[in-house]
Amino acid sequence: MNKFLVCDTAETPRELPRGSAPFFGFARLLRRFGFAIAPEQAIAFMQAVSLLGPRSMDDVRRSAVATFAPAPERRVEFDALFESWFCGDTGMLSPGDQQDEEETEIKDDNATAEEQIITIQDAKGGELTSGAEQLNTRTFPSDDLRLDKLERRIGAALPWRRSFRTVRTSTGSNLDLRRSMRKILSADGDIPSPRLRRRQTVPRRLLMLIDVSGSMKLYTDDYLKLAHAAVQGTGGAEVFCFGTRLTRLTPALRIKNRDQALARAGALVEDWDGGTRIGRTLLAFLSVPRFSAFARGAVVVILSDALERGDSTEMETAFRRFAGAAHRLSLATPLAGDPRFRPETAALRAIMPMLDDLVDGSSIAGLSEFILSLGRSAPDIEPMSGRGS
Amino acid sequence: MAHEGEGIATSPEAVMSRLAQSHYLADEELATAIFLALRLGKPLLLEGAPGVGKTEAAKAVAEVLGRELVRLQCYEGIDAAHALYEWNYQRQLLAIRQAGEAETDIYGDRFLIARPLLQVLQAPDQRVLLVDEIDRSDHEFEALLLEFLSDFQISIPERGTLCAKTRPLVVLTSNRTRELAEALRRRCVYHWIGYPDAEREAAIIMARSGDVARETAKAVADAVRDIRARPLAKPPGIAEAIEWANAATILEKGGSPWPEAFRRAIGVLIKDEEDIHYIEPEMRHIIEAAMS
Repeated sequence: MNKFLVCDTAETPRELPRGSAPFFGFARLLRRFGFAIAPEQAIAFMQAVSLLGPRSMDDVRRSAVATFAPAPERRVEFDALFESWFCGDTGMLSPGDQQDEEETEIKDDNATAEEQIITIQDAKGGELTSGAEQLNTRTFPSDDLRLDKLERRIGAALPWRRSFRTVRTSTGSNLDLRRSMRKILSADGDIPSPRLRRRQTVPRRLLMLIDVSGSMKLYTDDYLKLAHAAVQGTGGAEVFCFGTRLTRLTPALRIKNRDQALARAGALVEDWDGGTRIGRTLLAFLSVPRFSAFARGAVVVILSDALERGDSTEMETAFRRFAGAAHRLSLATPLAGDPRFRPETAALRAIMPMLDDLVDGSSIAGLSEFILSLGRSAPDIEPMSGRGS
Repeated sequence: MAHEGEGIATSPEAVMSRLAQSHYLADEELATAIFLALRLGKPLLLEGAPGVGKTEAAKAVAEVLGRELVRLQCYEGIDAAHALYEWNYQRQLLAIRQAGEAETDIYGDRFLIARPLLQVLQAPDQRVLLVDEIDRSDHEFEALLLEFLSDFQISIPERGTLCAKTRPLVVLTSNRTRELAEALRRRCVYHWIGYPDAEREAAIIMARSGDVARETAKAVADAVRDIRARPLAKPPGIAEAIEWANAATILEKGGSPWPEAFRRAIGVLIKDEEDIHYIEPEMRHIIEAAMS
């Protein structure tokens, strides 16, 4: 049987002792589901099982976790695979269905019967948003939209910060002892001009948070394409989307082919075009230390209509925290595409003082220009901040 | 195969029991990971939220093994000169001047400044090396560690490869502010330390604090569990819970009645202004529920 072979492709595959086959089989199963399992980990797994007895299935599970080191966000999937393989639980997903990225879910604890989902084409007001959770998936049609300019230039267009790492330089205040010493030795002990180092500058991280609720349905496709170009253009971009849940899209958007990347992202997000809980999902983002670290010192662009239902206190708190942590906080709202737009809702008025920019998010070209202008002190695109009352 | 930690690494239960003697209450999962790290001779990678006791675990292991703990605190920009070794350039220059025309070896031991990793390799006795908060370092530094973690050796271009005289136990900790490379993860025995359940946390508070009553420890553990479930910017860790129990006990002995003592000592538990504003209105309810 294939599953009892050491290697699928070896010319003369050796059969393992019968007792060890399930353990190596589990390693191969993990690989099929996208876990990066090295051969030495499979061997360590066997050794660990032997060391622990095993006295029970718990010992086998602990050995597997300790040696295969699944990331915490994939632990549920890992456990399900373990159950499926060792305990015969067939409830596991097929390889094509697994969800292997981080996802922070927010329980649907405040949805009421009155909150009906309204899937609309022309949502314009906060009264049409919903706090209820509706799970959907989406497929992205192929698109020829050109975002090459953004992809090409974003690396140099973001604001810069001084890193603690140093680079060689001809001017500067820090002596490069190692290189200077080598120069001295090659010059027979003479003291030549000293070699210097300086702290290097690196682009700041770009954090994009995309609202995928029903009221943003018309724009989310374009935003995802924009985000893909940003991730491709700079190694320091992070992308999350939120509706009633929070989903990290960065790993999916690292796939170079745009259609494949968007298809992957489409499969990851479960709350496309659903309800809106802006404040709560943003607070959930901030409450995960690993995620909130992405905002520290970063350029944060929130792409949302900012139409929060009910009390906007949580949204205000979230924006205040973002403003405190980020280098620059911008809100891009498609509503600003209307010349008559004024930030007059309670939520927008509350967050206006915390924003560095409030910009028009209705056109992908305008947004690209805005992102490319972030490194400059005054963006070329006219911010809407002045429209506030 | 001779293995490290002969004294404690006979079983996960033995590890648990010995750690408890040094006032570190490990659960079965963590004890198993430590046991496997000792027996397999692999580094131990501990990940978890800040304040769950990752560094303390390394200290406790060093204590029960009776070995010296060498700590390398990672930060952005840390490099080989800070972690591995550095040449004493001034001394090398003086040696060149003194030698004059004669040939002199300036890459001898007396010119080598050993940093923590090299110190551990050169130590005649077994050490515990704590590489703390590896996630704060750069990817380049992480790559630099790979040789050390897989073979317990360091390559110095001028000297060749130095191997460990005695294999150290290496404990790496990470708060997951960034993802670690797969190459590093697969070299290690891995364990995710989560927050303990209320009962265990109460036991930890009792074991670690000076003079806290069982009821106080239980109330603190229940209240902290309730507080951690809320969306705070900085959820309190176990160390904060211990400090809260200690501070409340001191206030109570100073004449402050019980629920009030907890409320007044909140500053040692919550250390973020916005979190305090958020939690303050609900504190009375949380404390009363915990004390009931």
